[in-house]
Amino acid sequence: MPATTGSVLLPLAVLVPFLGTIVGLVLGGRHAQRAATVAILAGIGIALAIAHSMLDSGETLAYVLGGWAPPLGIALRADGPAVVMMVAVAVVIGGIAVYARGDFGAPAGGGEARAPLMYWLLLLAVWGSLNLVFTSGDLFTLYVALELLTFAGVPLVCLDGKGETLRAALRYLLYALAGSIFYLLGAVLVYGEYGTLDTVLLSERVEPGPVAWAAAALMTTGLLAKTALFPLHLWLPPAHAGAPPAASAVLSALVVKGSFFIVVRLWFDAMPALPGLTAAQVLAGLGAAAILVGSVVALRQERLKLLIAYSTLAQIGYLFIIFPLAFDAATGTLVRGEALAGGLLQAVSHATAKAAMFLSAGLIYATLGHDRIAELAGVARQVPLAVLAFALGGIALTGALPSGAYLAKKLLLDAADGSGQWWWALVLQAGGFFTTAYLLLVLAHALRTPAAKAQPRARVRRSQELAAVALAACSLMLALAAAGPLFPRGLLADAFAPKALPWLVATVVGGAAIALALGRTLPGTAAPEARARLATPVRRAAVALGQGFERGDAFLRRWHVAGVSLVALALALGVAMWAG
Amino acid sequence: MNAPTVFGLLAALLVGVGLYGFIVNPQPLRKILAFNVIGSGVFLMFGAIARRGAAYGLGGDPVPQALLITGIVVAFSATALAVTVLLRLFDETGTATLASETDARAPATEPAAATAPPGAEKAPG
Repeated sequence: MPATTGSVLLPLAVLVPFLGTIVGLVLGGRHAQRAATVAILAGIGIALAIAHSMLDSGETLAYVLGGWAPPLGIALRADGPAVVMMVAVAVVIGGIAVYARGDFGAPAGGGEARAPLMYWLLLLAVWGSLNLVFTSGDLFTLYVALELLTFAGVPLVCLDGKGETLRAALRYLLYALAGSIFYLLGAVLVYGEYGTLDTVLLSERVEPGPVAWAAAALMTTGLLAKTALFPLHLWLPPAHAGAPPAASAVLSALVVKGSFFIVVRLWFDAMPALPGLTAAQVLAGLGAAAILVGSVVALRQERLKLLIAYSTLAQIGYLFIIFPLAFDAATGTLVRGEALAGGLLQAVSHATAKAAMFLSAGLIYATLGHDRIAELAGVARQVPLAVLAFALGGIALTGALPSGAYLAKKLLLDAADGSGQWWWALVLQAGGFFTTAYLLLVLAHALRTPAAKAQPRARVRRSQELAAVALAACSLMLALAAAGPLFPRGLLADAFAPKALPWLVATVVGGAAIALALGRTLPGTAAPEARARLATPVRRAAVALGQGFERGDAFLRRWHVAGVSLVALALALGVAMWAG
Repeated sequence: MNAPTVFGLLAALLVGVGLYGFIVNPQPLRKILAFNVIGSGVFLMFGAIARRGAAYGLGGDPVPQALLITGIVVAFSATALAVTVLLRLFDETGTATLASETDARAPATEPAAATAPPGAEKAPG
């Protein structure tokens, strides 16, 4: 395969961020940030050039490292999904970097502070690892990329070096290691059975059988542990909520998408005929449970960052609904189609929106000195742009027009209609109500007038606010991509049909009702009398239900329970694949 | 029973023992060691596969050996990172446990009066 200009860009996309890491480490101090800036600008250019080259030729780009062809050598490949993810990651990294110049800018008097230095190096390392995940065509290279991603992500959690965040980082690391060893064991079994780890060669060779089922179940479970799909999410809430905002945004928006992408590679590309419908239904079932539990527990949080972290848990659930919807009953395989397109669009849409939400939470924290939801009153006057970014990001996640999530939902609903799986359509619609509920809960507090006028503790930079707003706007405008070359026209045709309006009203009213029933602290209930008025039987029952979910979540997040879940899920997936 | 099969079974045993320790033992350092035991099992399995797959008169299939070395390096880095975080945790807090205060507690009692006794509603407003 001759190396074209486009394909030479693939190793560069991986190398440039890592080169930035190395150069930044060697130069140290304030030069690290400069090295990072150069690498980020170059990386964004490379990602756009790859996208351009791919749209030009319309073919998968491939680069064979050192001229050694698979199965002995390693090939980097960039197909449609890989390119979409690379561009999205480049945009999100760019936005987060603008924000991080404020929080992790070089210290004023020269010299070197550890947290900023590490932040910039790790940001680049996360990016390089993600690009390797997207372009690898080999299960073992994917393993190495996955490990690099974890090693870069874990220290981001404990940048502030406090005990609680160190503990969160250690939990994350240990559980992720369990996940990676599961994945590696699966990959080893695949090599033993088929003599290759190249995804293209595997797609021709893999046939259903006990070893293949065991390998696929182990690899998938390992990846789910790293993606924090319910019930393997013990590490996510403390890690994502405890990290500094610029790091939370990277972890929540990007890092969890890396392992999700490998699940997609595995199920759609390497072994499409293997998993079968039952295993796909298991994955989607866990996704539905993640949406329900994540959303309800999000409503029960006292702190904004924890609410956003639980929202991530719920949004990860959507990504796994695509698997049964992509199943083609005629051939018994998973096929690339509107379900996969919808899933990737949801991933991109969540990446941009969630980055914006974590960044705006960081600005709110910096302004108020806390992020307690019940005491957010007045913050919309102090940092209006940050609250706007939070609102836009949240609206984008609810699937309002013209957000990426709207289009993703539409594609998935079409796929559900087409395959007759109405129950997943129901889950997708219900998820929108819950997302609206926690968005409304936060906004209702943030938009209130405070009892006493408070002075902001710190002034935030305008560039930070604009970075958050820009990322949220990206997510909210993503459906306009439908007018571009990526999706068939006509997807937005009936978006403004008269029947869309009652549905919108229903979503808002339904969301408000859920928030009123389940929300932990409702606005305007500071006085005991107001609280007493609220304590209707319905609210009491709903609160009891919410507390039940909280207890269940706390139980599942205990270490030994999560460990047993890991093994049980591997077994369940194996049996499901065997059953077809 | 030939040699690769024996090694394969031993590898499975190591993975099982390691997994048990990883889940059951509360101490992070023991979990890190258990992770290494599981890793040894996986690497042993890969070695057995390399021996079994040597169908062309070679002593062993060289590809798994190359991958094994990489795998060991990755597992070593993981162990080093985990131990470093653990040491920092011990320096900061004086303990080395994973159970945090926020996880141990039950859901905090409701701040709103929703869970207040029914009598609270009748209190003069």
